[in-house]
Amino acid sequence: MSMPFYVSPEQMMKDRADYARKGIARGRALVACTFADGILLCAENPSRTLRKISEIYDRIAFAGVGKYNEFDQLRIAGVRHADLKGFAFSREDVDARSLANQYAQMLGQVFTHEMKPMEVEILVAEVGRSAGDDQLFHILYDGTLIDESNWCVLGGAAEDIDTRMSRVFQPGGTLSDALSAAVEALAGPERTLDATQVEVAILDRGNGRRTFRQLDPEQLSELLPDAADATSGPASASEATQPTADEQDPPALEGGQAPVS
Amino acid sequence: MELPRYTGITGDTPPDPGPDFAALAKRAGLTFPALSTPIDTNLSVAHGTTCVAIRYADGAIMAGDRRATSGNLISHRTIEKVFPADRHSGVAIAGAAGPAVEMVRLFQLQLEHYEKVEGSQLSLEGKANQLSQMVRNHLPAAMQGLVVVPIFAGFDKARGEGRLFQYDVTGGRYEEHNYASTGSGSLHASTVIKLGWRPALNRDSAVDLVLRSLIEAADEDSATGGPDVVRSVYPVVATISVDGYERLTDDELSDRVSQIYAALAHERGLEQ
Repeated sequence: MSMPFYVSPEQMMKDRADYARKGIARGRALVACTFADGILLCAENPSRTLRKISEIYDRIAFAGVGKYNEFDQLRIAGVRHADLKGFAFSREDVDARSLANQYAQMLGQVFTHEMKPMEVEILVAEVGRSAGDDQLFHILYDGTLIDESNWCVLGGAAEDIDTRMSRVFQPGGTLSDALSAAVEALAGPERTLDATQVEVAILDRGNGRRTFRQLDPEQLSELLPDAADATSGPASASEATQPTADEQDPPALEGGQAPVS
Repeated sequence: MELPRYTGITGDTPPDPGPDFAALAKRAGLTFPALSTPIDTNLSVAHGTTCVAIRYADGAIMAGDRRATSGNLISHRTIEKVFPADRHSGVAIAGAAGPAVEMVRLFQLQLEHYEKVEGSQLSLEGKANQLSQMVRNHLPAAMQGLVVVPIFAGFDKARGEGRLFQYDVTGGRYEEHNYASTGSGSLHASTVIKLGWRPALNRDSAVDLVLRSLIEAADEDSATGGPDVVRSVYPVVATISVDGYERLTDDELSDRVSQIYAALAHERGLEQ
């Protein structure tokens, strides 16, 4: 008769956290940041159809990195929660803070009670009536909820991107400034990303009731004139040999990214 | 909030509602149960009346008067019966005002919910069928006197033209090619439109035609309210074109209504 091995709770939680972090770090990253007229969400994503960024409600957007099927489940749960709440009460009663709390509960529950933690990191963003009221809630695989200001990075190599973002990001800039900063931070010093390699959506304060707006490659090319020039330069030659984010070794997520249970 | 599980295929109950908001709301207990007893005829239930929709060169135009009646009484003078369903379609309703407005609210949410969950919009035909199902589901209440009959109009982006759909209480859905109308004054309104309608009317002529039809309906039908110049209450008129649903401003309507009244007076030899 085989005896089950004793595994200490600390070890068990650590193993789960490592498992989730490795899964998340394999994927491409995503940056969200505020700008004068709203919030920009920018993900490295070559697919035009499988989205990482989507609309939850009038002023709320969702973004996820990691395992697609897992964050997509969370996305649908969020849309349902928001639409039911808006239907039962009023549209203005739907807010990102309560939604982020629900997500945190859900992820925390799965992390401690299910066989496998969710390999996802998600963001719930709400555009305020004025620039000071914009909210970014970053939720980790174990349910840790972080209230970020100005910008927030999710996914693989988050720390490097965060460092680059802190260098290039200027609060209160235009959409074009914010987009350039986000794309530059995502790409890093050795690559350039063009309009077809990123998925971008904004929560636009001036867009009426439904503030969410997806930007198509043509709009992106207009907003990213430098990148369009750069791709025809020497950078594009080195791009072919550049490994994609999926093939890179999973970078360690430490320091600021350490989960707080 | 719970994680959605697509259990519909495996036959578990209740099946996952997928992108269907009405089913989700029902599962969450947010919809009203069907009435088991007939409505007391002495109860005063507000009824909305005349709405029309026509096709014009750039798409479709919808219009509705502003009156709601309870029996012989005018219960509201500023009720609205024409609503945007989403960016490129609109819905107008006649019948019991309470259930009608509730149906519109659910329909609007249904379209938005589908778009968000699925990541793409329903086709115009799909939207028209959704409304058909909602009217069909309302049939038990309609049998008890709370009839709701909508018209649906939209700009079909795939075809590049406006389309109109008319309904009956059983959820029957009929596509109309030129114009559609609903409500107690619809007979009079549609006669005016029938005489004045031409293929590919421009926006101005089309707006004047729907306004004229509502003025004439109000003239013949006590439950339909005409433009109220004293209180500055004008019919709700909206154009639906490739640019989306757009409601006309009261200023524009005020100008047009006074021109129509002047023309009517002129026709009758009563120069002002």
